[in-house]
Amino acid sequence: MALSIETACVNCFACMEVCPSEAIIEAKPHFMIDAKKCSECEGDFADPQCASICPIEEAIFAADGSPLNPLGSLTGIPVPRLLELVQQSTRL
Amino acid sequence: MDLKVLETSGGEQVKKGCSASGCGGTDDQLGHLPEEIRQKVHNHPCYSEQAHHYFARMHVAVAPACNIQCNYCNRKYDCANESRPGVVSELLTPDQAVKKTLAVAANIPQMTVLGIAGPGDPLAQPERTLETFRQLSEKAPDIKLCVSTNGLNLPNVVDRICEHNIDHVTITINCVDPKVGAKIYPWIFWKNRRIRGEKGARILIEQQQKGLEMLVERGVLVKVNSVMIPGVNDEHLKEVSRIVKEKGAFLHNVMPLIAEEEHGTYYGIMGQRGPNAKELQALQDSCAGDMNMMRHCRQCRADAVGLLGEDRGAEFTLDKIEAMEIDYDAAMVKRAAVHAAIEEEIQTKQTATPNVVTVSIDSLKKKKPTRPVLMAVATKGGGIINQHFGHATEFLVYEASSEGVRFIGPRRADQYCVGQDTCNEDESTLSRVIATLEGCEVMLSARIGLPPYEALEEAGIQPVSEYAMEPIEESVSKVYQEWLEAGKLDESAEMGASVA
Repeated sequence: MALSIETACVNCFACMEVCPSEAIIEAKPHFMIDAKKCSECEGDFADPQCASICPIEEAIFAADGSPLNPLGSLTGIPVPRLLELVQQSTRL
Repeated sequence: MDLKVLETSGGEQVKKGCSASGCGGTDDQLGHLPEEIRQKVHNHPCYSEQAHHYFARMHVAVAPACNIQCNYCNRKYDCANESRPGVVSELLTPDQAVKKTLAVAANIPQMTVLGIAGPGDPLAQPERTLETFRQLSEKAPDIKLCVSTNGLNLPNVVDRICEHNIDHVTITINCVDPKVGAKIYPWIFWKNRRIRGEKGARILIEQQQKGLEMLVERGVLVKVNSVMIPGVNDEHLKEVSRIVKEKGAFLHNVMPLIAEEEHGTYYGIMGQRGPNAKELQALQDSCAGDMNMMRHCRQCRADAVGLLGEDRGAEFTLDKIEAMEIDYDAAMVKRAAVHAAIEEEIQTKQTATPNVVTVSIDSLKKKKPTRPVLMAVATKGGGIINQHFGHATEFLVYEASSEGVRFIGPRRADQYCVGQDTCNEDESTLSRVIATLEGCEVMLSARIGLPPYEALEEAGIQPVSEYAMEPIEESVSKVYQEWLEAGKLDESAEMGASVA
C-alpha cells in the first residue's frame, strides 16, 4: 500500500524531509511518492509523516482515493465557503 | 532649546538633549540603544529609518517548508505583483542563493544584509538555510546574515545558527497565551504529529520563549515581530511586548495584519480585518512604554532585493545570475569603499544639519498643551523633503505635538496588490493615495500639481510645498509652529479641519 501526491501540491519540500522511507520524489509539476518505497509509515510512526506536515488540503491521498487531509481540515475555513470560492474562480 | 525629536523608547532610556540630527539621524530607533548594539545595527537597513535610505538588503528564498500554519498565511500563493511577506516567485537551492547573493552584493555595493525569511520557516528544516549561511560566511564575510523564524524549531538549532556570521534573529511572536494562539495557529507539526488548537499553540509559545532566551544568552540580537490582529491579539500584544523586552529582545516590530479575500488566507476569507493606521500607532505607542519599537518596517517579500520599499529582484533572476561572472574579492574592495563613503556622507549630513531654534518647549509648556498633528512627508531619503507628491510611492508620517516631533511610520501609497482589478493604474490612484493618508492633516512634498492639491484640501489634508529641499523634522516643527500661531492647535480645534 502507498500514498500518493496529487496536483494540489505546492512543492514545499516539507514532506520530503520527514519521510522515513525516502519515498518522496522532487518532481514537476508537483512532488510524487514512489509507491515501491512508501510504507505509509507503518511501523515507524503513528501517522503518515507526509500527511501530518502537509499544509495543503487534498494534496495527499490514500490508496483508496480518499484525501488524508480533506477540504477544510487544515485551515478551518468552512467547507461551504471553500466550495463557493472554487465555484467563483471557475466562473472567471 | 529646540523642539526636540522624540525617541521612541521608554522614558528612562531616552538620552537627554539628544536631537535626531545630533545622534544617529532622523526618526532613528537606534538612538536609545546601548552603543554596542547600535554599532551592530547602524548599517542595517531594517533597523534604522536613516540607514534604509543608504543601505540595501536582500532576502533569498531557500526555505520553502514550514512546520506550522498561521491564519494569515496561504502556502499556495505566488503572484509577481504581490508584496506580502512569505510570497516568492522563484525558490532557490543554497548554491543558487549564494550565487545570487554574491551577484547582488557585487552589483549593489550598498547591500549590507542578507536575510532568510522563507517562504516557509527557515529553521523548520534548517539544512538549506544553514548551508547558505555556511557558504556566505566563508565567501562574503562583509555581509551580515539574518534569519526569521516562527521559533518552533529554534531551540534545536540555536547552536548551529551561532556557528555562522549571524548577529540578528527575528522571531515572530504573536502571543504568549495558548488561548490567543489557538485563534492564530490552527496546527503545528511537532514530534512527528500534527497538533491542533491550544495544545499546539502552547508548545509553539514555549519553544519561542525558550529560543529567545537561548539566543540572548549567546549574545545574538533578537528582534520580535508581531502581527497585530484586531480583536484577536491587539490588547494581548502589550503583554507580549513587556515579556520579550524582559527576556532581552532588543526591538519589537508590531506589524499590521494584511488580509484580503484574494490572498486565500483564513483571515482573508473569513473577513478578519487588519488594523487601520490609527489603531496600529496607538498599539505601538502603548507598547513603547516597555519596549523599543520599530516603526518603519516595509513588510518585504521573502525574495525582496534592494533598498526597503523597492524591489530589484527582476534584475537578478536565475537565468541572469547564471550569466554573470563575479570576482567577489574585487567586489569586496569596492564595497568597502562605498560603505566608507556612505558613512562619511551620513556623518557630514549630521554635522551640517543646522540646529535652528524652532519651537521652544519651555514656552510651549507654559501654555496649555496643544493637540498633536500627523503630517505626511514625501521624501526620497536623506532626511529631506525632496519628492514630488505625484511620484511618491510612500509617505513618512510624523507626529508634531507640544512634546516635539517624532516619526510614526511609513505609509505605502501603492501598498500591496489587492486583486487584479486594481493592479493597473487608473483614476482611482489619487483617491487611494489620499485614503492611505487618513488621519494626517498636513502633507509636505517638494512639489504638487493643482488637481491633487485641491483633492487633498478637499479631504482635509493641507498640502505644503514651501519646505521643498528642507530637512524633514525642522519643517514639520515649523508647520506646527505656524498652526500654533494661527490658533489651529487648541485641544478643542476640530481634527482635520482644512486650512483657509
